[in-house]
Amino acid sequence: MALVNIKIEGQSYQVESGLTILQAARKCGYNIPSLCSYMDGRCSLASCRVCLVEVKGARGLVASCAYPVNEGMEIFISSPKATEARRNSVELLLSNHHQDCLQCPKNGHCELLEVSKMVGARPEKFKGVQTPSTKDELAPGLVRDTSKCILCGRCIETCKALQGIGVLGFERRGFKTIVAPAQNRSFAESPCIQCGQCVLVCPTGALMEHSEIANVDKALKEGKFVVVQTAPAVRAAIAEEFGAKIGTTGTGKMVAALRRLGFSRVFDVNFGADLTIMEEANELLHRINHGGVLPQITSCSPGWINYMEFFYRDLIPYVSTCKSPHQMQGAITKTYFAEKHNLDPKDIYVVSIMPCTAKKYEKTRPGQESKDGLKDVDAVLTTRELARMIKRAGINWNKLPEEEFDQDLLGQYSGAGVIFGVTGGVMEAALRTAYKSLTGKEHELIKFEAVRGLEGVKTASIDVNGTILKVAVASGMKDAKVLLDEVRAGKSPYAFIEIMGCPGGCINGGGQPYVKPLMLPDEEDNILETYRAKRASVLYSEDERQAIRQSHNNPDIIRLYDEFLGAPLSEKAEELLHTYYNANRETFTDKK
Amino acid sequence: MAEIIKNQSQLLERLKGCHECFEAKLAGNDGKRHILVCAGTGCLSSESAAILEELQKLIIEKNLKDKVEANKVGCFGFCSQGPFVKIFPEDRLYRGVKVKDATRIIDEDIIGGKVIEDLLYVDPATKQKVEKQDDINFYKKQLRISLHGCSLINPEVLEEAMGYGAFEGLIKALNTPRQEVINEVLASGIRGRGGAGFPTGRKWQFAYDQVSEEKYVICNGDEGDPGAFMDRSILEGNPVNVIEGMMIAGYAIGAKNGYFYVRAEYPIAVERLRIAIKEMEACGLLGDNILGTGFSFRCHIRLGAGAFVCGEETALLNSIEGKRGMPRPRPPFPAVKGLWGKPSIINNVETLASIPYILREGAAKFASIGTEKSKGTKVFALGGKVNNVGLVEVPMGVTLKELIFDIGGGIPNGKKFKAIQTGGPSGGCLTEKDLDTPIDYDNLVARGSMMGSGGAIVMDEDNCMVDVAKFYMEFICDESCGKCTPCRIGTKRMLEILTKITEGKGTTEDLEELKELANITKTNSLCALGQTAANPVTSTMTAFPEEYEAHVVDHKCPAHICKSMMEYYIIPEKCMGCTLCSRNCPAAAISVTDQPAKLPNKFIHHIDPAKCVKCGACLSGCRFGAIIKR
Repeated sequence: MALVNIKIEGQSYQVESGLTILQAARKCGYNIPSLCSYMDGRCSLASCRVCLVEVKGARGLVASCAYPVNEGMEIFISSPKATEARRNSVELLLSNHHQDCLQCPKNGHCELLEVSKMVGARPEKFKGVQTPSTKDELAPGLVRDTSKCILCGRCIETCKALQGIGVLGFERRGFKTIVAPAQNRSFAESPCIQCGQCVLVCPTGALMEHSEIANVDKALKEGKFVVVQTAPAVRAAIAEEFGAKIGTTGTGKMVAALRRLGFSRVFDVNFGADLTIMEEANELLHRINHGGVLPQITSCSPGWINYMEFFYRDLIPYVSTCKSPHQMQGAITKTYFAEKHNLDPKDIYVVSIMPCTAKKYEKTRPGQESKDGLKDVDAVLTTRELARMIKRAGINWNKLPEEEFDQDLLGQYSGAGVIFGVTGGVMEAALRTAYKSLTGKEHELIKFEAVRGLEGVKTASIDVNGTILKVAVASGMKDAKVLLDEVRAGKSPYAFIEIMGCPGGCINGGGQPYVKPLMLPDEEDNILETYRAKRASVLYSEDERQAIRQSHNNPDIIRLYDEFLGAPLSEKAEELLHTYYNANRETFTDKK
Repeated sequence: MAEIIKNQSQLLERLKGCHECFEAKLAGNDGKRHILVCAGTGCLSSESAAILEELQKLIIEKNLKDKVEANKVGCFGFCSQGPFVKIFPEDRLYRGVKVKDATRIIDEDIIGGKVIEDLLYVDPATKQKVEKQDDINFYKKQLRISLHGCSLINPEVLEEAMGYGAFEGLIKALNTPRQEVINEVLASGIRGRGGAGFPTGRKWQFAYDQVSEEKYVICNGDEGDPGAFMDRSILEGNPVNVIEGMMIAGYAIGAKNGYFYVRAEYPIAVERLRIAIKEMEACGLLGDNILGTGFSFRCHIRLGAGAFVCGEETALLNSIEGKRGMPRPRPPFPAVKGLWGKPSIINNVETLASIPYILREGAAKFASIGTEKSKGTKVFALGGKVNNVGLVEVPMGVTLKELIFDIGGGIPNGKKFKAIQTGGPSGGCLTEKDLDTPIDYDNLVARGSMMGSGGAIVMDEDNCMVDVAKFYMEFICDESCGKCTPCRIGTKRMLEILTKITEGKGTTEDLEELKELANITKTNSLCALGQTAANPVTSTMTAFPEEYEAHVVDHKCPAHICKSMMEYYIIPEKCMGCTLCSRNCPAAAISVTDQPAKLPNKFIHHIDPAKCVKCGACLSGCRFGAIIKR
């Protein structure tokens, strides 16, 4: 990489050419406030005008997020002119921002507030009317409040560039401009897949998950038998909410906190993941052995399912009919678990803690019921919402002991279930079980390295007794599209495809803690490149620590089939653990 | 014309023929008289199409087909006097023609051989009737380079353009190495006519220096300044000239495709451009291997939806690409990464219309016109409180005084000149002290305004400068794309303060905040629209501080424009008691007092300020000058 010599505030530095001034400054130890840049200090918009600096010889001030460094450049970040300009840009933003910071769900994570502090903005410096705003609360997963929006455009870029969808765009002009789905429709009336990647990048409270904390509060207050179940990816990130470095395991403290919040049972969705593998691996074998439609495509990511129903509904026959793990576990909780404990399923309230905003929609889907039309899952909280509940309860995370999940029928899980939370994990878990079924013996390495890693698309060929099983894994809809188009064209060489809606899988789900470099002074410079791998490592090391590594060896799973379900794909399993898809779906309001 | 012109000698031969034909037509050597009817948008809106139709009908009816021909031509420029009808070979100009005059033109002039006196232009100063266009003061100081051929050729007939100099510049360019073509443009000193005045040759050089299979020439026809219409008139009057300019640019930088970005509100310009492109394609002047030279070029048209910001070149690129018209940060500059990421040059219509002249007549000739740093001519759209409203093309360096008083004929109704706004919403106001300033890019900028696209709006003593600033700020506020913070919010905050001031609620602190916001918007904005958005505010605040102070300190509007600070008043001594004002008043705000007026049995009238809606109906109706604004 070629280097260039630059000066910042008169100090000489050597930095890689091709960096923006903002990126170079960060590497040299200067934090330039910035809002529109997509966090990594490079921006194609240069719209917020909060990162303005002076460059010797340049005409006027330059936006450091878009301006590349070049040889001999002299940069002045804290010149009076630049300092004042940055402050003024923030002050103008504040004059059109609904400043209800005390009640704002983003409080504590708001980049606008952080930047305001940095530049010393006077909140009432400029006064005037505010842009007429919209609060869109119709969608099950996401809430859009344009009164908080500063029009930085990060969400638009993310939806378009990262997910390849482009639901959001600028609407109207000038002072009336807002960010919205086309024609300022609700998310619920757009092809938004509810993945929540936009929420992760929003610097303010303009895009948030649709909170269900109040519903959970109510259930607890009413004295229902409230069962909480946590997704694998939650443990990989929740500690970040309490100041731990990215990559810190939070399993034990999380369980302890949930118990202190008053839940009747604290379970791990890893059990449900093991159950999913039993069904899904057997579904795959059934398709292979009976000439069924191949490739089989996984179904545990509700963001992907939304995407499929909007854009690839012709692929429905390829998609596994398995419910996602937490839905399966909810169904078992309200049937098998209820029976065993003599509980009325109506009195059981199942709360899923998920790294995901789309799960909030998934639980409301038709075909996600157990007996008597009871919903499998009653509430879905994101990792961030759980952290809020823990903070609200005054629980000191650091002083929490490490506790174990409840061992009560649905308590045990295998390492295969844990890795569901990272891209390739479902595939690997399924391969462990499929291999056993096909060969009658366990795969000696257990690990399938080829499907690990954070690339957008991964492919592998597994030798099963001389037969080559070709598989592929994709995460993020933009990358998934490549595989999907092959399937659509009838040219897919694979037998099994895993697709996750979010880039990197659930560890980077739309419900996970925010990763905002400007607000994470203790993390390394390149945290945006490494945070997914760090979170993934939490899950892979938990897998390594498990005595049981394969779903089919989970004793609770074995007992469940023995006592209740019979066998995978049995009539009862089909009724409780499988679902169907909607080939005519237009929007979220369409509940056929 | 469908026959393909295969090589340069065939084209030269064709041009020669067309030229002879056209000369004969003007000189009357073709045994015919020619009636030219203006078919620019302005005259068309005054029924010039019907005039032409009527003339053509009469020619057939009266069996004059062999002796007379009537055709459409482009804009004459003197729009306040239209519709125009011109007769050759006499070179006689009729103005203000109505459909009913068609019969007279045929009967009295064409058949009768008489000049129709009442259709001639009358000089307001000397009251003399003027027969020839060139003898009218409005035209005397003009020099048509970019308006070449407008009002002379039929813009829908390729041979007409070919008879009047078309493709001479192109042939010259095609026989010159590409770098030398750029050198010629550099030597001409021409600067972009669209706003910022960047040297055109340098822009071309940047794009030429880029190595790329695909490059683009883009013609910016997204004319958005209120009151400016030179691009429209050029495209309507001689589209071939602009296409030729684009082809020369394409040859020079190595582009095979050109895009015309024209606002959809210019349907006639678009239609004529389409016709010209189609005709040129039909005879091989656009397409592959033009004239066998190996140079290939194609023209495409994209319609703009009328957003002011799409005149900003990077926003324009986005718009052509089908994206929302919002500016992109620079670098990368369009010459490096422009349309679809390829090196592109974006030139204004007027700029491209000047290019054929530079090649045809030589850079030296072009450079001999104008001032030291601003060469050639500039078209201005003269409007507002000036007698002669219209389009004028003058050499750079004429003074504002010449523009307003000689060409423009001065201020109507004996009012006093107050200011001229140049450069549209991005420009500023120049005042009496600037009248002797020679107009060029640098002089205007030095005086707090800019050339812009050439809008020139004259204001007299009845204009309130705060109101003027507010008008432009409203425009900018509406037209801001909403992308960057200072332009989106800063302009709104400025508009709020200006509104407050014009409502009589302003304070001196407001003036300070206005200055502060103006400065922020200038330094912090992403594109030129935002960076110049505050110019009307700062220039009026600098030139007319006392007017702002009167608004915020005395809460008075000296020009009596700001309604909340003025009232209509009946001078009792002058009121005749005629009752007309009272009858005209839509708000029943005028009543009779018990004071006797001058007329017998009539009483003095009085306006109740609480009921008055300040429509001015009373004042404009009063025959005795008894009603004033105060």
